[in-house]
Amino acid sequence: MTNSYILSFITWLPAVGAILILALMKKDQSSLIKKFATAWFALDFIASLWLLKYNRSTGGMQFLEDYQWIPIIGARYQMGVDGVSVLLIVLTTLLGAIAALSSWEYIQKREKEYYVLLLLLQTAVIGVFASMDLFLFYLFFEVSLVPMYFLIGIWGGENRLYAAIKFFLYTLVGSVVMLLGVLKMYFLTQDTALTSRISSETVNLLAGNEQAAQLVSSTLQAAAANGTGTFNILYMQAMGSVLPMGTMQILLFAAFALGFAIKVPMFPFHTWLPDAHVEAPTAGSVILAGILLKLGTYGFYRFNLPMFPAASRDQSSWTTSFGTFGVRSVIVFLAIVSIIYGALAAMYFVVKRDGDVKKLVAYSSVSSMGMVMLGLFALNPNGVNGGVMQMVNHGIYSGALFLLVGIIYERRHTRNVAEFGGLSHVMPGYAAIFLGMVMTAIGLPLLAVFISEFLALRGAFEANPWWAAWAALGIILNAGYFLWLYQRMFFGTIDNPKNERLPDLKGREWAYMAPLMILSLWIGVYPKPFLEYIQQPVNAVVKQVRPDYVIGEKEPQITQNR
Amino acid sequence: MQKYIWLVPLLPLIGAAINGLLGRKLRFSERLIGGIAVGSVALSFLISVAAVYSYGFGGHPEWPKPYLTSQDGFSFNWIPGGAVSINQGAEARTQIELQKQVEERLATMAPEERGRFQSILVSDSPRFALLNIEWSYQLDPLSSIFMLIVTGVGLCIFVFATGYMHGEAGFYRFFAYMGLFMFAMLVLVMGSNFLMMFVGWEGVGLCSYLLIGYYFDRQEAANASRKAFITNRIGDFGFVLAIFGIIATFGSAQYTDVFEQAKAYPIELLGQWGILSWIALGLFVGACGKSAQLPLHVWLPDAMAGPTPVSALIHAATMVTAGLYMVTRTNVIFQHSQTMLLVVALVGAATAIFAATIGITQNDIKKVLAYSTVSQLGFMFMACGVGAFVIGIFHVMTHAFFKALMFLGAGSVIHGMHHEQDMRRMGGLKKYMPYTYWTFMAGWLAICGIIPFSGFWSKDEILWNAASTSQIPLGWLVWLIGTIAATCTAFYMTRLMAMTFWGRERFLEAPAGGEADEAHAAAYDKGLTQHDAVSPAAGDRPRHEPGEHVGPVHEDVAHHVATHGHAHEAHGAHEHGAHIPHESPPSMWVPLAVLALLAVIGGFVGIGPAFRTVTGSEHPGGRMNIVTWLNPVIWNPTTREFNAAEGGHGEETSHAAPAADAAHATPAEADHGTGASVYGHTGFNLAHSVENATHSELATEWIFIIISLVAAGIGMLLGGLFYVWRPQLPAIWAQRLRPLYAASYNKYWVDEFYGWAVTRRTMDAARAVYRFDAGIVDGIVNGLAALSRLFSRITGNFDKYFVDGIVNTVAAFIMRLMSPLFRAAQTGFTANYALVMVLGLMVAVAIFFARDIFSAFR
Repeated sequence: MTNSYILSFITWLPAVGAILILALMKKDQSSLIKKFATAWFALDFIASLWLLKYNRSTGGMQFLEDYQWIPIIGARYQMGVDGVSVLLIVLTTLLGAIAALSSWEYIQKREKEYYVLLLLLQTAVIGVFASMDLFLFYLFFEVSLVPMYFLIGIWGGENRLYAAIKFFLYTLVGSVVMLLGVLKMYFLTQDTALTSRISSETVNLLAGNEQAAQLVSSTLQAAAANGTGTFNILYMQAMGSVLPMGTMQILLFAAFALGFAIKVPMFPFHTWLPDAHVEAPTAGSVILAGILLKLGTYGFYRFNLPMFPAASRDQSSWTTSFGTFGVRSVIVFLAIVSIIYGALAAMYFVVKRDGDVKKLVAYSSVSSMGMVMLGLFALNPNGVNGGVMQMVNHGIYSGALFLLVGIIYERRHTRNVAEFGGLSHVMPGYAAIFLGMVMTAIGLPLLAVFISEFLALRGAFEANPWWAAWAALGIILNAGYFLWLYQRMFFGTIDNPKNERLPDLKGREWAYMAPLMILSLWIGVYPKPFLEYIQQPVNAVVKQVRPDYVIGEKEPQITQNR
Repeated sequence: MQKYIWLVPLLPLIGAAINGLLGRKLRFSERLIGGIAVGSVALSFLISVAAVYSYGFGGHPEWPKPYLTSQDGFSFNWIPGGAVSINQGAEARTQIELQKQVEERLATMAPEERGRFQSILVSDSPRFALLNIEWSYQLDPLSSIFMLIVTGVGLCIFVFATGYMHGEAGFYRFFAYMGLFMFAMLVLVMGSNFLMMFVGWEGVGLCSYLLIGYYFDRQEAANASRKAFITNRIGDFGFVLAIFGIIATFGSAQYTDVFEQAKAYPIELLGQWGILSWIALGLFVGACGKSAQLPLHVWLPDAMAGPTPVSALIHAATMVTAGLYMVTRTNVIFQHSQTMLLVVALVGAATAIFAATIGITQNDIKKVLAYSTVSQLGFMFMACGVGAFVIGIFHVMTHAFFKALMFLGAGSVIHGMHHEQDMRRMGGLKKYMPYTYWTFMAGWLAICGIIPFSGFWSKDEILWNAASTSQIPLGWLVWLIGTIAATCTAFYMTRLMAMTFWGRERFLEAPAGGEADEAHAAAYDKGLTQHDAVSPAAGDRPRHEPGEHVGPVHEDVAHHVATHGHAHEAHGAHEHGAHIPHESPPSMWVPLAVLALLAVIGGFVGIGPAFRTVTGSEHPGGRMNIVTWLNPVIWNPTTREFNAAEGGHGEETSHAAPAADAAHATPAEADHGTGASVYGHTGFNLAHSVENATHSELATEWIFIIISLVAAGIGMLLGGLFYVWRPQLPAIWAQRLRPLYAASYNKYWVDEFYGWAVTRRTMDAARAVYRFDAGIVDGIVNGLAALSRLFSRITGNFDKYFVDGIVNTVAAFIMRLMSPLFRAAQTGFTANYALVMVLGLMVAVAIFFARDIFSAFR
């Protein structure tokens, strides 16, 4: 197998940029630093576009890299991406560039450290999406906490230390529990009684193509030669198909799920999110909502579903005195609660006279991420496609909304909704973009979120019509508070004299808002290319979780029964 | 020509994009903006006419099969959603399969064996499909009617708006929204699948939101727009679940696929809730939202806060009829559920009478028209509910003509009255606004249902079909309610005419409102709460520069201007008093004239079967007759097929709608005792009992025509009596019927109830959830943090005082090492915690890997 270098290049490029800034630039060259950093982010974005060459018809893991790393535990430096990772990486690099560009005026102190940390964060996050080795994944997953912690803790609002510590400890608790699961999985790869039953079909299904399957077998050979287990994610996924259902699998699922559920965040593990968002600087919020939350849902997609298929589909062999009970029911229940609960909590900030706009957007994220989880655990192609698309779309619209809140905050130094009103008169461009993003958020057709919510809810309906009905209730609430917010901020007359002379969007602000708006429209009008990236991988995951699910490749088979 | 119909929605969108994106930047003149908007809609209209002509009359080979643009490659794969498991409706499918197998088996058996034949079990094996939502447009009889209405009436309204909106600051914005609306509405009616219908559905909702809130600096406009959007969202909730149900049952969202499968499904009897009933329920909830039916009607009257052309286009002629389009489009599904048909008919009837009674007491001219619209929409649903879908669409069309006319006429009045909407301050306008008056007159006669104006033909057909239906029970009740509602309609419309155009010229009297209309003034003084249009600025309010005069000044007006010149100087929004009305410019009255013409003659495309002795045919005019034209999209429950394209003119020609078809076929079918028996005489039926008495169908039909004409006449006479000949009567009767009057005047307090039961409770829930979140969920998190801090403090102290005390000498140096560590744990520096954790993790890893490490070193 020949190594492709593109993934490592995209991953480590920001880190190199960070080192260059540290080494070459002085603290007082802030203007140079921010331009350099933004250009560097843009470079990374352009480089990441190379990934769009991902072969959509083959699917599976591509752009593979494989190097020996820590032979003593069988951990290897293995990278590879499937279509889902491709979309998320490109989203990351895009939002990274946008975040850097949006910080030019917002950040006024210690710029050097700020951009260095932003670049390091980028490396960590891309690394998470690109890893094909669980050990490497875990490393990146943990490291991503540190820059974010400092971003909140140094450049945040008044209560920043509380928020930063809460964010750090909360997520750390989850990932420590996850580490136990990771280690158990590692030891299971050495259990020959188990691994001998793994069929090559399963490996091929998950690998998706020749090269990836080859990579798995060469990894296994290396592991066997060293007498170690392996952290190869594909192999661990394949092992999921033979993992017996029982307490062990449930516990493993729970260990991974806790780590990811906190990150998502799902009710009731979500309270770190509003605090972190409110205190974080704009760019921090953008990265946090746009990218870091996706680490959780990505984890569910990448690990929980394929590694613990029996638990994921609630196979009824785990019967308690309360009847059959499974983790899927729990996750779906929590997802639906998140959707409605997040929407109601967000609504509080317009019901309240002087609500914080940023907190509203933060709670709406809880709702939106609940939709991702519902889609993923619908366990059918529609649902998982919708869930994955919702990850991307949520990154677009919540990132955009945080940017918009940041723009008004830069002008007025407040986010209190009672301070605004009638902004349409003075900032028509801003009002138009805000409207576009609000409409995206409430799932208006021909805008991005509609596609993902439609698919996710359709999938949920297939699994259980009631799930879809409850979740759709949350969408009504979404419309309620977002439109109300819009009315309170933009409609009416200007009654606050401080708002009379607000300037409309400037060139730089247009430059980072326009791509997000265009992207939202593009995905809404013509989502086909995006869906094509994820179709094959999603089908493989669904097949892995539900082997009996017929994934029609060609024509609909419904003609006979007419 | 058909293959260019994809241009029809696209052109207004392009126009809207040019106006919206460039209009402000490049400072387009009003003429240019208006030209772009009107031109794009006119072009769409021409293409629609040409396409419909070539499809229906130009020898389209496949008429009346739907033409899809994908046939010519004008389509794209919109949402490739992946595999779908078809897991709903298994019972119904099994039943179909069973029936087929039973029939096959019976055919092979000897006659004597058939009696002993038992049912066979059929299982529904799991089925899968690929969900591929395609973006392609469909041209068929139903969509072509809507295309013509939307683009044709739309064109009139666009022209009108160029005059009406003259001088507005947001002229470009207005036409951008209007163009966007045209796009969405055309996607709604031209889409070839449910998802596209939903796109248009939400799109028109968005444009309605933007246009109602056009005067966004006014709080009530902003509130009304939000109310409209959210009420519609509640309806959409049902719609979207129905779409999911459709995909989960039929594996597709394409109309052609869905209806082909659906027509084989067994009919669900009254009270039977099979999958199709559930789907129909969801769809109807959506239709109630968009078409302002009970209980989701509350948004439409408030929507009158938008500019008047918007009310005419969106809230009378097009968008609000989307529900009708949807119900008719899915008539296969609705007709499979007797329960839902009955629900549709009863909801329609209830809405018709409910809104009509409110219309009687309103004083805002636009509010009266709004409630009238709600009521007329009720009539249309009544038609659908009794199975006469075609007649429902017929009424959509005639209503589009006369209601758009009346709204534009009202706009012209408001324009001429300088932003006055309260009818108590009008009167005698026929002298000042002759064009408006005479065109309005046509609308008035049409909505009252006077022969031969357009409204007569459609409304009479609705009532006749309700009376003669056998598809649902309680048809007589629907007819009765409809007839009463029609009387109310005639009454309040006459009231509107009288208060606006006839009688004293109350705008000359100052201060206005006080003595203008004793009844309402009295009611107001007595403290009947009202929350609508008494404040002068409540209505739609085009703003002109002071002193600016729009359009040519009528001679009479010129005279008055001379005498009351001072009044004209004060064009301020709060100045009401002696404004002298003036006729509107030609850009406004020409569209009025066109619509008036349509309101007069538009009904001739649907002359009913009662006139067959005159016209020589049940449905004269061939395909020019709307019944013949639309019949192929209607499913016939008796034959279980879609109606044949074009019946001859003989006896086999179906009645106005399949309802009647079923009615005729039932006695014959009853002998066979199979499928059609579900359509037996399930209730007392007015027309049939009359028919039994008279023994002549023709005579029966004429009896009903005379009844509805008499009803309209009574309504108009009463209106004349109350508001023309005896103006003191309203006050007296308002006093006598005080509770009823108050209920009607306050719209039965529905808004207040919803405000209390839904809005307040949702806000309470939001507060409760947030308190729960901050108090309990976050409280637990913070509590755990506090607990661990406490624990570490205890450990620290324990360590310091107890352990230290005991083990002081033995391990003094260890303690010196350890206690700073524990104390450090209380510092609150996360980095320290993290460091400890990472160290701990490393130790843990080392322990886990100890074996490997040993083996590696061995």
